[in-house]
Amino acid sequence: MSPDFLTRMRVDWLGNIRGDLLSGLVVALALIPEAIAFSIIAGVDPKIGLYASFSIAVITAIAGGRPGMISAATAATAVLMVTLVRDHGLEYLLAATVLAGLLQIAAGALKLGRVMRFVSRSVMTGFVNALAILIFLAQLPELIGVPWLTYVMVAGGLAIIYLFPYLTTAIPSPLVCILVLTSLALVFGMDLRTVGDMGELPDTLPMFLIPDIPLTWETLQIILPYSAAVAAVGLLESLMTAQIVDDLTDTKSDKNQECIGQGLANTATGFIGGMAGCAMIGQSMINVKSGGRGRLSCFAAGVFLLILIVVLGDIVSIIPMAALVAIMIMVSIGTFSWSSIKNLRDHPRSSSIVMLATVIVTVYTHNLAIGVLTGVLLSGIFFAGKIAQLFKITSELSDDETTRTYHVHGQLFFASADDFAAAFDFGEVLERVVIDVTRAHIWDISSVAALDMAVLKFRRDGAEVEIKGLNQASETIVDRLAEHDKPGAMERLMGH
Amino acid sequence: MGKIIALVDGSTYSESVCDHAAWVAKGKGWSVDILHVIGRRDESTDPRNLSGNIGLGARTALLHELAELDAQRAKLAQKRGRAILEDAVARVSADGVKAHSKLRMGDLVETLREMETEADLVIVGKRGEAADFATMHLGSNLERAVRSSTKPVLVASRAFQPVKKLLVAFDGGTSALKAVDHIARSELFAGLDIHLLTVGNESTAAKRGIEGAAALLKGAGYEVTSEIVAGEPDKVIADRAEAHDFDLLIMGAYGHSRIRNLFIGSTTTEMIRSCKVPVLLFR
Repeated sequence: MSPDFLTRMRVDWLGNIRGDLLSGLVVALALIPEAIAFSIIAGVDPKIGLYASFSIAVITAIAGGRPGMISAATAATAVLMVTLVRDHGLEYLLAATVLAGLLQIAAGALKLGRVMRFVSRSVMTGFVNALAILIFLAQLPELIGVPWLTYVMVAGGLAIIYLFPYLTTAIPSPLVCILVLTSLALVFGMDLRTVGDMGELPDTLPMFLIPDIPLTWETLQIILPYSAAVAAVGLLESLMTAQIVDDLTDTKSDKNQECIGQGLANTATGFIGGMAGCAMIGQSMINVKSGGRGRLSCFAAGVFLLILIVVLGDIVSIIPMAALVAIMIMVSIGTFSWSSIKNLRDHPRSSSIVMLATVIVTVYTHNLAIGVLTGVLLSGIFFAGKIAQLFKITSELSDDETTRTYHVHGQLFFASADDFAAAFDFGEVLERVVIDVTRAHIWDISSVAALDMAVLKFRRDGAEVEIKGLNQASETIVDRLAEHDKPGAMERLMGH
Repeated sequence: MGKIIALVDGSTYSESVCDHAAWVAKGKGWSVDILHVIGRRDESTDPRNLSGNIGLGARTALLHELAELDAQRAKLAQKRGRAILEDAVARVSADGVKAHSKLRMGDLVETLREMETEADLVIVGKRGEAADFATMHLGSNLERAVRSSTKPVLVASRAFQPVKKLLVAFDGGTSALKAVDHIARSELFAGLDIHLLTVGNESTAAKRGIEGAAALLKGAGYEVTSEIVAGEPDKVIADRAEAHDFDLLIMGAYGHSRIRNLFIGSTTTEMIRSCKVPVLLFR
């Protein structure tokens, strides 16, 4: 209970009460359709997503590391669960949610927030674009083979969402969209699919229950891949969103604490019958835009959400799906990074390839984790390729034509080792060879092996070889790995 | 040469803080650093947009909008800060004391903790800018500053009065002993009358404590009277200070556990709130 801790708590919770409560309400209203829509994406009853959103919002508000960020049931995690629910049912989803939470707690405890450094901007852009596309694709079942009236309603809904703020910004336009479309459907007795058709809505407070699954090795094998993917994607989106909120509010956050808070929230959510979630980019932006800054905003969003759904459950069930679809289309449009399309022209080609690969792989596999992994691997390979170009060898012959000095410049590692080995002329008859690596960096055993090989080859041709100017970085690694100054080196290197 | 840090925020108390700083600095031959801290923005700003929709390029648009607003406010706050400091420096320098101004951005308490390492005394106004919201309740900057400071803190009252009579609230704790020790060795209070006051039951321990303190102060050449009074510390002390025209209250700060303070507040905070005189606190 240090004074710092108390002070932080006070600022986080009570520093902006009016703004936080107001924005919390706006976010809660926006969360209802999203939570329902994401449940439908995952193939479970709307109540699963609604309970999850309540519990994740409340717990991350308390235990998370980024005040002002909104976490709840999300599309990113929902798309991962589709096959699990389809093949094994809800109980397995709840178990996977608990396990994903535990994995996230472990990640936070191991301070894996630092790993985010390897996720480049291009991968992040690819991530949000892929997410936007997945959200949009998830709406298609509601838009294909439905009465023409649905299209009219969706178009009308979108018009309300985008145009209403020009009248007033005091009322959330998605809420107006829901109210207007629901009233129209009721008044004209339209025969449209409603939220009630999609499954059970909550009418009670959530209860504690242990997922009803056999605790066996097979069960673990079934849920672990899903849990790992959910944990990874959840953390990725949470850390990315935390960074966005950091930038928007110009404040700092504790990323590892955020991992732990996220994990606690998911673990607890699995036990009250909710699905896994994470931070939400769009909702967090809405929160900041509406004036939310503190932990209270996310907490209030969760509490308001629960009150709204338990009290207004009957009303929620008559909302036409068209209204939800309109809102989800707005979310997907808002999530997509449109500037990234323009940037395809201006950015380096490798960055664009990384971004596109992330998007394509994600949309193809419906798994953001695999997409991001692809992106990260590609960025790493491209980076290695670029660094490998920072390398050249020059040489000059002494006046008596018996000594050649090679000057090596730049980075020697696995990607440049081949070029390095090919740069020497072994056909030349020399008494002495000097390899000057003063201006080079030797990074790994691939380059050490290449250097050894060059030295050995020159020796075999009868030349005395001297290596000059191994700098400190290279020296340590050469000392530990180099073989050319040990007896029997040739045989070992040749693989005898 | 010692150093005083005087915290000013442009409220009515700032002038008094300057006068107190000048008085101490003159008496001790110290210099004064006048510090104004521009708060970071952890509150949201109007205009609020509750439309709850996110459009094309929402993120960059929002970032620019927020940055624009913050930049305007920060520029104003900077201008204002410089003006406040200029006035304060002028006011302190008029008394022939060396004063420097320091304008910082960030959290008041964190900044103070960085700055006070080289200081011997911190002076802060009893109320500040946010007086309407936080009149000495948990959460006000004053309490945070006093709690986190490791140096003696002088809490300035609304206006400076020449100090002639000292009231020392003595509870026998280490910080109270520190306070007595400081007075005994300080030239600032030379020749003043001191009244030692212990609030509580007249136990032998209390008696022995207060007598020891009185002896120490007498040895340093002060006129000392002492008494032990039963009752609620904050009420008794505030009454005494009022009734006998004391000009400065000296006491040890925040003796009890933090948890207890959280729920029932602390004598120290209560004292600062109810006393009309400046309070010098020792940790």
